[in-house]
Amino acid sequence: MLKRLLLPILMAWSFVAVAAPAIQDPARGWDRLWHQYLVDVGIIFVVFAGIGAWFMLRYRRRSPDEEGRPVKLSRMAAVGWVVIPVFVFMADDFYLAAKSWQLWSMYRDVPADRLEVKLESAMWRWEFTYPNGVQATNELRVPAGKPIMLRMTASDVVHSFYLPDFRVKEDSMPGRVTYLWFYPQKTGEYLATCAEYCGMMHSKMVGKVVVVPPAEFAAWYEGEAKKLAQAKPAPAGG
Amino acid sequence: MTINWKEWIFTTDHKRVGVLYLIGSLAAFAVAGVMAMLMRYELHSPGPDLTMNPNDYNVWLYFHGAAMILGFQIPALTGYLANYCVPLMIGARDVAFPRLNAFSVWLFFAGIVMALLTFVVPDPPDLMWTGYPPYSIKTGGNTAFYTFTVLLIGFSSILGGVNFLTTVFYMRAPGMGWNQLNIFVWSIVAAFIIQLIFVPVLGTAVTMLAFDKYLGAHFFNPANGGDVLIYQNLFWFYSHPAVYVILLPFLGIVFDITATFARNRVFNYKAAVYGGIGGVLLLSGEVWVHHLYTAGMPDWLRLGQMVSTLLISVPVGLLMISLIGTLYRGSISFRTPMLYALAVQFTFLIGGLTGIPLAMASLDLNLSDTYFIPGHFHYVMAVSGTFAIFGSVYYLFPKMTGRMYSEKLGWAGFIFTFAGINLVFFPMMIAGLYGMPRRYFDYEQFPQVAGLQNFMSIGAVVILLGALITLWSWIDGLLKGEKAPDNPWGSRSLEWSTTSPPPPGNFGAKVPEITPDWHPYAYGSR
Repeated sequence: MLKRLLLPILMAWSFVAVAAPAIQDPARGWDRLWHQYLVDVGIIFVVFAGIGAWFMLRYRRRSPDEEGRPVKLSRMAAVGWVVIPVFVFMADDFYLAAKSWQLWSMYRDVPADRLEVKLESAMWRWEFTYPNGVQATNELRVPAGKPIMLRMTASDVVHSFYLPDFRVKEDSMPGRVTYLWFYPQKTGEYLATCAEYCGMMHSKMVGKVVVVPPAEFAAWYEGEAKKLAQAKPAPAGG
Repeated sequence: MTINWKEWIFTTDHKRVGVLYLIGSLAAFAVAGVMAMLMRYELHSPGPDLTMNPNDYNVWLYFHGAAMILGFQIPALTGYLANYCVPLMIGARDVAFPRLNAFSVWLFFAGIVMALLTFVVPDPPDLMWTGYPPYSIKTGGNTAFYTFTVLLIGFSSILGGVNFLTTVFYMRAPGMGWNQLNIFVWSIVAAFIIQLIFVPVLGTAVTMLAFDKYLGAHFFNPANGGDVLIYQNLFWFYSHPAVYVILLPFLGIVFDITATFARNRVFNYKAAVYGGIGGVLLLSGEVWVHHLYTAGMPDWLRLGQMVSTLLISVPVGLLMISLIGTLYRGSISFRTPMLYALAVQFTFLIGGLTGIPLAMASLDLNLSDTYFIPGHFHYVMAVSGTFAIFGSVYYLFPKMTGRMYSEKLGWAGFIFTFAGINLVFFPMMIAGLYGMPRRYFDYEQFPQVAGLQNFMSIGAVVILLGALITLWSWIDGLLKGEKAPDNPWGSRSLEWSTTSPPPPGNFGAKVPEITPDWHPYAYGSR
């Protein structure tokens, strides 16, 4: 039932997101939402901790026999002290859930104009396969300004491909295909590292994403494809 | 001091069983703490420091996690505290099934011994306390120890659940109504309902793991029609509610300590019990997917459980309001137990608020499995739970031992532990924001967190000092403390109405009779 209700909403939302003209970068969306979150909980922290600290100072015991003077809540007050906080907390919860859902759609709806690369993770390396068959280990070379989608699986245990600079990770595991996408805009080298415990060399399962200008990428990509074609023995091979 | 060993080993007295649980869980805490110190030494600078073999580090981390949760927090809260306090608080002479109780504490000790075998076998377990397959099946480490430790301690906990629910339901003092129970008793009822529902699921999951690894079954092997995610779902279907098995009793005892030392009624008691504890109980089984936000679960499930996870803030918020409200117009005495109880309000507030971005599925895509996670859960569960346990030991010290502890040593231990945990776990969350993943033996690819790592290792030494002073204060009180009066804190609750320490059978000739206007928190009504 829940699934039936959620899917159409999700699809409607993704339609809106896809119809939007410019590609939105989830990483920047993450930074924005993180700051909104900090403000939100900052207020809650100051209110709760402030009131607590004030009570601690104000209601110190002054003589050994002193007892508290508890407030006797009327039935209305007792109910009010439930209903009003519940309303406030739920309002904040739904606000945060809506914000998070919005960003979630950005993370999960991959722009149509994209480069799709396959990733197979193994203990302890990342194996990439480009659409034209070019393969690379631990180094993913991509053109700047194009959304990159990874379709991921693993050959042995669960790994998690994590790009801290692009604020995204997703597990890769045997028997299932998962995906993530990111939007490299500036050229440079970015860290890729494993985030799901995978044994002895887990902390050394490091790769990088090399973002290069589109022309440079095209030259490299075609060059590699040619090398691949030459390396392959004529049709007889297999 | 002479100890009659036979009496302790064959005891069925709930107070002694409670003390046995305390000793066992503190032993697990000590060994797991040593593991933490080894890890902090290893991590204090990039590159290998203490060992060249990452596998050593992985074994320490496995033991630290498994022992702290399964060997320390759950047994200390639902074993030691429940055993010691519940029958006294409800005015009963013992638990409903005393011999079953004795059996469950010895099962727990068997589990601790099983866990300690980690350090003598040539193939120690390295599967982390979560034990995710296929790694736990492919590893050369010993998965069977993990399975049987979980089964022994889990079975012990199921027996405890049957015992305590029966005790609270049928053995309350004559006249004691449901709204006259201590909040701690309520929290134990809720915790054991959770244990009875969910522990069997964990038992099933780890048994399937052993079947896969040792008997060639294929539950989690996709090549033969299995699925790796089934385990993660089963595991967290228990292990998230397990967080509430820790949370509810530690908040419960913090309520009792706070009311006692503020000499005040719990603010809006019914909201805390039915809204707070009841709400957490209701939601506990519908939030586990937030541990699997990055595991490729269907989107509708991730988003649905994002909402249910965020809604946990509603009952928890009610509990916080009642807790802080209990200080309002109180008469607060800053004895050592109260310091720990107030510290829990602070650490739990930070832990709770840093849980919100982890509930928000999209923010979790970056934060999941980074140092932000251990930073958060140490605040919300590990430190808050441990502080509540430390506070409760000081709180019950006069009752358990018949002697008073030294307030100066208690304060000193508190100041070091409280400073230390903030020096370790706040920087840990910041390191997570730099992207540093958890469970890393080394972090050469993250030069920017080297300073933070070093800082955390220094903080760990501060915690160690605090823990040693605390231990010293207990030994000092036990050996040299003044004789304790029956009710040193001026509490209204039933456990303080008997002698210190209470006699076998707890209440002398007659159990207390409860009048309708009696309440464990009836302060200010003289």
